[in-house]
Amino acid sequence: MSEKVLEAIAINKYFFDPVKFQVLSDITFSIEKGTFVSIVGKSGCGKSTLLYILSTMDTDYEGQLFIDNQSLYNKTNAELSQVRNEKIGFVFQFHYLIEEFNVLRNVMLPGMKLGKFSEQEIEHRAIRHLETLGIQDQALKHPNQLSGGQKQRVAIARALINDPLIIMGDEPTGNLDKKNSDLVFDIFKELCQEKKQTLLVVTHDPDFSQRTDRIIEMQDGKILV
Amino acid sequence: MNIRLLFNIALTLLRARIRQSVVAAAGVTFGIAMFIALVSFMTGLNKMLDNLILNRTPHIRLYNEIKPSHNQPVELSSKNHNHQNFIHSIKPKDEGKEIYNSQKIIRAIKEDERVIDVAPKITTPVFFNTGTIEIAGIINGINVPVEEKLFSLSDNVTEGKIADLAIISNSIIIGKGIADKMMVNPGDVIQVTTAQGEQAKLKVTGIIQFGIAEIDDTQSYASLETVQKLQGKPASYITDIQVKLKDLKMAPATAKEYARLFEVDATDIQTANSQFETGSNVRSTISYSVGVTLLIVAGFGIYNILNMLIYEKMDSIAILKATGFSGKDVKLIFIFLSMIIGIAGGILGLILGYGLSLIISHIPFETQALPTIKTYPVNFNMIYYVIGITFALITTYIAGLFPARKASKVDPVIIIRGK
Repeated sequence: MSEKVLEAIAINKYFFDPVKFQVLSDITFSIEKGTFVSIVGKSGCGKSTLLYILSTMDTDYEGQLFIDNQSLYNKTNAELSQVRNEKIGFVFQFHYLIEEFNVLRNVMLPGMKLGKFSEQEIEHRAIRHLETLGIQDQALKHPNQLSGGQKQRVAIARALINDPLIIMGDEPTGNLDKKNSDLVFDIFKELCQEKKQTLLVVTHDPDFSQRTDRIIEMQDGKILV
Repeated sequence: MNIRLLFNIALTLLRARIRQSVVAAAGVTFGIAMFIALVSFMTGLNKMLDNLILNRTPHIRLYNEIKPSHNQPVELSSKNHNHQNFIHSIKPKDEGKEIYNSQKIIRAIKEDERVIDVAPKITTPVFFNTGTIEIAGIINGINVPVEEKLFSLSDNVTEGKIADLAIISNSIIIGKGIADKMMVNPGDVIQVTTAQGEQAKLKVTGIIQFGIAEIDDTQSYASLETVQKLQGKPASYITDIQVKLKDLKMAPATAKEYARLFEVDATDIQTANSQFETGSNVRSTISYSVGVTLLIVAGFGIYNILNMLIYEKMDSIAILKATGFSGKDVKLIFIFLSMIIGIAGGILGLILGYGLSLIISHIPFETQALPTIKTYPVNFNMIYYVIGITFALITTYIAGLFPARKASKVDPVIIIRGK
């Protein structure tokens, strides 16, 4: 059995507004290194909510969460930021690039924050990632000069900059056409196969999920076996 | 590394909103410039007005007042001890106005550490003779260098030089009012009659003008020696001892102490001129409060612009947080933003404030009271620049702090899910 990258034990979450409502009940699962996992389910089944808990951004839940065998229980916000910075790469439905920075700076930002490498080294790595994703010629443009597919690839490059333990995606192809969706999927697949990159993607695109290694299906806040 | 990165992010955000940032900085610039110009001008005026009165007045004046003796013979008798004694018809003894043992007193006061210097003085009433008319006036016998050091008399000498008094014997500097009445110019010789009936000829070496008719019509200055000679008194004859202290506020207490110690009468400047201090305090309070208000208004400008920026940049804040920037980092970014605006606006404000002060100091300002002053007085004191920039930095910091705290509390989940 290979090592566990992420493990969730008995996660419950409630919404209190307007009435108490259980969004997630007793979610228990784990993800092994190098697997490409997708979470699927209908709208409102809690899959995005689960992703935000797993990504450490939402801390209002019951249960235990381990990333890299480290419990996230009782960590301060600053420590959680550190975890996100170092171990998690994000790709969202919308690209969420910072408009004021050019593509290269956008990719470099999380690396600069981590501060593990020198600025030159980070720039070098950022350019390599952009090359891998075939958009190195866009490096000095600003995000608003790019197409949707290109932006999403920039977001992927940004997610990769710190060699994260796991990449999390929230409908990363939700806003893209078929061609660009396939492109993004192929990039994910390649990362998984060639670099043993762990991926966790929330999607309701069946085409996308069926081609992943493992599908976690959710309904009414529970995982269907 | 981290700080530099955050600073760079702040700079980039600022550049993206350059127009609003410039407006915010202009608010600070204007606030500081007005503060500096206002305070410099006000304190300059204050200083001038103080000079007009306070610097010309000794902090402590020792003199002998003409009054009935304290120890009346009737009280010496033990019979009358427990009675209320009424005294009529006993007049003051002719002790004169001379301060006894004046040289010793002067030496003793000079050794006091609280004292800047001591100036002896003789005041004596005289008549200036012009034709058949006698004009009543006063001659002040002064020790020229000390008097000049303490009261900068030369500021009011419109013609001639105060130093000539010490060099030319039997010389006098007379008030503008008397000079006009007698139609004399420097170089002329005038005749005076003392209260004792002695007559003497004095050479006019200069004209002095205080801008107060009452004073200009009566006052004149001569050296101590000249006045002593005029009255036929010895070289130790002095009627007033004027003292300047290092700390003006010590005057009342010190005056009492000297009065007891040297057995003379003493008045202090606060008692003599209490209203002037009140005036200058009120003026500085007004100028400070106007300046501070301007800076606070500028602070609100920064607060507004940062608040808007935060609403506009909600996405960027969320993404920064999602990719590992902590709330503290985001807060620092916005504080940097605010401080960059504050520092840039502040430094420009210092320059503009200096420029405004410079312009004010070149505006012509003619006053009878201070003949040597030709333009508006401006106090170019570094301290106002330091206060201005410090206050600007504090205001912008506080103005940035609240939006920054708001930004640091942005929940990335809400933003990201909201789309």
